[in-house]
Amino acid sequence: MTGLDIDIDRLQRLVGEVPDPEIPVLTIEDLGVLRSVALDDDGGVVVTITPTYSGCPAMHHIEQAIRGVLAAEGAEAEVRTVYSPAWTTDWMSAAGRAKLRDYGIAPPRPTETAVTISTRPVACPRCGSNQTETVSEFGSTACKSLRRCLDCREPFDHFKEL
Amino acid sequence: MSSALLTYLLRLGDDNMIVAQRLGELVSWMPELEEDIAVANLSLDHLGQARAFYTYAGEVEGAGRDEDALAMGRSEREFNNAVLVEQPNGDFGQTTARQFLVDAYQVPLYRTLAAGADERLAGIAAKAEKEARYHLRYSSGWVVRLGDGTDESHRRMQAGIDTMWVFAADLFASDAAEEELLAADVAADPDVLRTEWAATVADVLGRATLDVPTDPYERTGGRIGLHTEHLGHVLTEMQWLHRSHAGAAW
Repeated sequence: MTGLDIDIDRLQRLVGEVPDPEIPVLTIEDLGVLRSVALDDDGGVVVTITPTYSGCPAMHHIEQAIRGVLAAEGAEAEVRTVYSPAWTTDWMSAAGRAKLRDYGIAPPRPTETAVTISTRPVACPRCGSNQTETVSEFGSTACKSLRRCLDCREPFDHFKEL
Repeated sequence: MSSALLTYLLRLGDDNMIVAQRLGELVSWMPELEEDIAVANLSLDHLGQARAFYTYAGEVEGAGRDEDALAMGRSEREFNNAVLVEQPNGDFGQTTARQFLVDAYQVPLYRTLAAGADERLAGIAAKAEKEARYHLRYSSGWVVRLGDGTDESHRRMQAGIDTMWVFAADLFASDAAEEELLAADVAADPDVLRTEWAATVADVLGRATLDVPTDPYERTGGRIGLHTEHLGHVLTEMQWLHRSHAGAAW
């Protein structure tokens, strides 16, 4: 397959549908982990991804999944991991945020600056109450903290702002 | 320049690699599930940062060494981490003290590097800075809670700070390699970092009702491979699998 035969829009859509292995309700496009799908000068497919956290253990899995999707299309890809610009939760799509909430994870709040930790309330994804508190600053994955709702009493995960 | 950059990248990588290994030792040993998850997450962030620095270091060196070769194939005298990060976990007061002193250093370090002239290093640092800020919030929260807690938690937190204190100066040791990079606007000025670090430490210890240690003794040498007796043991455990089964994969 050469550059002339490749439907890059189709590949972009297929790669974008790769689910996040840790939060499978989200795709890598929803998360903003997928930065681009492009052709290089030789007509090869280059997929660029960026990690949520430096040590995100899902990156290797995501890379393999991308290769799998493209192989099924008869395309071989170079998968590049870039650190810059640094991933931010602000890149998460509106659709992704809605899916997270429906899944029971409080979505990240908008970040005020790249490094400020937001002081806005985190709403309970179950009852919507703003009366929630942190139980633990680290949750089941690097990107989440553990909170509980003071109204409905349910514990829940919160996707931390970064 | 490339030789100085390699040295600097290895120091950055080694600090993170060794503190990641120390935190990793605690996984499944913490008294509460939340803290167990916390040390695992902290460790993972430091490991991820180490990998990025090592990968870049390997490319700068150009001798075919990748992140694994640099982390697992060098011996004690070839490691350039500050001696603070290799200190044993001790009790939770000591672990927290070590982490806090590291976090208070890494936040201004990464912020400075993120604005530096080396684009690749700046990119890694910009990402790492966000993580370091969160680490600092976590560790300083514990310093305050334990310091301003019960008599026993206060005593242990102070003891932890006192134990780690003499090793912290090594974070700011400098030499010709760093000065060369500093002149090129690539590295961070250790004197400036130390000033900001000291201000953070004084602020948090003050809120924690803890004393800033006055012991003038400073154990340095890690940046040139002169370590305390602990690093060799850390490396023995860390590198055993890789060295015993070279090239193994799954």
